[in-house]
Amino acid sequence: MAPLLQIKDLNVHYGGIHALKGVTFDVDEGQIVTLIGANGAGKTTTLRAISGLLKPSKGSVTFAGKPITGRPAHEIVALGLAQAPEGRGIFANLTVEENLDIGAYLRHDHAGIAKDKEKALGLFPRLKERLRQSAGTLSGGEQQMLAIARALLTKPRLLLLDEPSLGLAPQVVKLIFEIVKTIANDGTTILLVEQNAHMALKVAHTGHVLEVGALAASGPAADLAKDDAIRKAYLGVH
Amino acid sequence: MSRLVDVFLHALTQGSLYALIALGYTLVYGILRFINFAHSDVVMVGAWVSYTLAGVFGWAATGSPAIAMPVVLILTMGICAVLGFTIERLAYRPLRRAPRLNVLITAIGVSLFLEHAGRLDAVFGPDPVSMPKLLSEEPLFHIAGVAVPIVDATVVFLAIALLLLLEWLVYRTKLGAAMRAVSFDERTASLMGINVDRVVSITFLIGSALAAAGGMFYGLKYGQLDVTAGSVWVLLGLKAFVAAVVGGIGNIRGAVAGAFLIAFVENFMATYASPAFQDAYVFAILIIVLLVKPGGLFGSVTREKV
Repeated sequence: MAPLLQIKDLNVHYGGIHALKGVTFDVDEGQIVTLIGANGAGKTTTLRAISGLLKPSKGSVTFAGKPITGRPAHEIVALGLAQAPEGRGIFANLTVEENLDIGAYLRHDHAGIAKDKEKALGLFPRLKERLRQSAGTLSGGEQQMLAIARALLTKPRLLLLDEPSLGLAPQVVKLIFEIVKTIANDGTTILLVEQNAHMALKVAHTGHVLEVGALAASGPAADLAKDDAIRKAYLGVH
Repeated sequence: MSRLVDVFLHALTQGSLYALIALGYTLVYGILRFINFAHSDVVMVGAWVSYTLAGVFGWAATGSPAIAMPVVLILTMGICAVLGFTIERLAYRPLRRAPRLNVLITAIGVSLFLEHAGRLDAVFGPDPVSMPKLLSEEPLFHIAGVAVPIVDATVVFLAIALLLLLEWLVYRTKLGAAMRAVSFDERTASLMGINVDRVVSITFLIGSALAAAGGMFYGLKYGQLDVTAGSVWVLLGLKAFVAAVVGGIGNIRGAVAGAFLIAFVENFMATYASPAFQDAYVFAILIIVLLVKPGGLFGSVTREKV
């Protein structure tokens, strides 16, 4: 079976800066794949080039057998590829519920939306108490929960998560990673970008290490977690 | 007492006009962070289109049928909506990623184009005209001995109806939520499947339709249409813009509040202080508000921008 997402020789330029220099990897259906690396390695750039926020200068992205390279973001979502963006991207001027409804913007199956909303709120009961509250009043952890719940309401086959642990307390990080596993077990494929390599490699099946715009290592997450060079560079083990 | 009621009614009518126009500035700013300086010209075109349509239908003479006003209003709003849509498509969209200043200069260009194209004989012509009386000036009812003409009552009623319709659209519909989402974060909105270009187009359609209503109502109330490049339109647009800024630019309810605030201050001061400074009061409010609350009255941290 062909992989759900195929990325071939992806290149991105920001003006004169060559940010991604030929990144190639696959994401198989049903897996959690993680992309780890230092600040500025090109992790977010990779996600943005996949979700259509950035146009790659070279290379191709294929999702569920369809070429999606360079297509606008709002069309890519419709194919079942959602992204919970870096910095969460919560609409602070909308209520929590309106944020969720915006996630379901393209859908018209009211019964299905209601069911998925229940399900998402089941994952994050804390959001349920705050549905009518302005999303800007949520804590960082709650905003991250909302960002994931909102992305789930697009009914994705593949969910891109950009640094869901960023700036959160260790307890909340643990909770978020637990939920990432639950979502994957439920059948949604996940591409997880993380600086917290330790946690990311623990939940993922496959890992890729990005260094200054190119893949430096790839393999089963468990193997990467044991690799000496990676332990030194990303896991803080000396 | 009757003078007080009279001033109050005038302020109410004028505030409605300002509000209709101010919303166009605030809607566009909320989404694109850009002041559409051609907006007052859409108001002007709205007034002139309604005048032209009334002529085409033969309603220029007195005693036009009751259906005249709604027909002309709907057509005028439709035509100006298309005009606003076209302006955005042709002039502003190609500059979406360009520096702010380029768009601003383009807006001034569009403004000059509309003003001077309108002067052509084939368009509206170079002379001021009298607006046909599509609404009667007969009193509809009296308040404390002051006659409320049908035209004023209708203008206020329709303006408030349109404002409520917009409020409903923005805060109670899926499209409105999408507009607010785009206004807050265009990039994330597109990740939710929202076609940002389409939302921008719809915003221009709505803002221009409201401006057209404002222009037509202005003509009905004051009976005279200034030449297309006339200072009356510039001043009207400028005051509506001040209303939007005073209320907190980008904030819908703020624009409406700002519009009524400046209309009331302008009319009351002109009546009870000195009419010589009628226009100056408006800008005095602007200066005072900006000194005290630089974001405008409703432009605080929890602002709702569209």
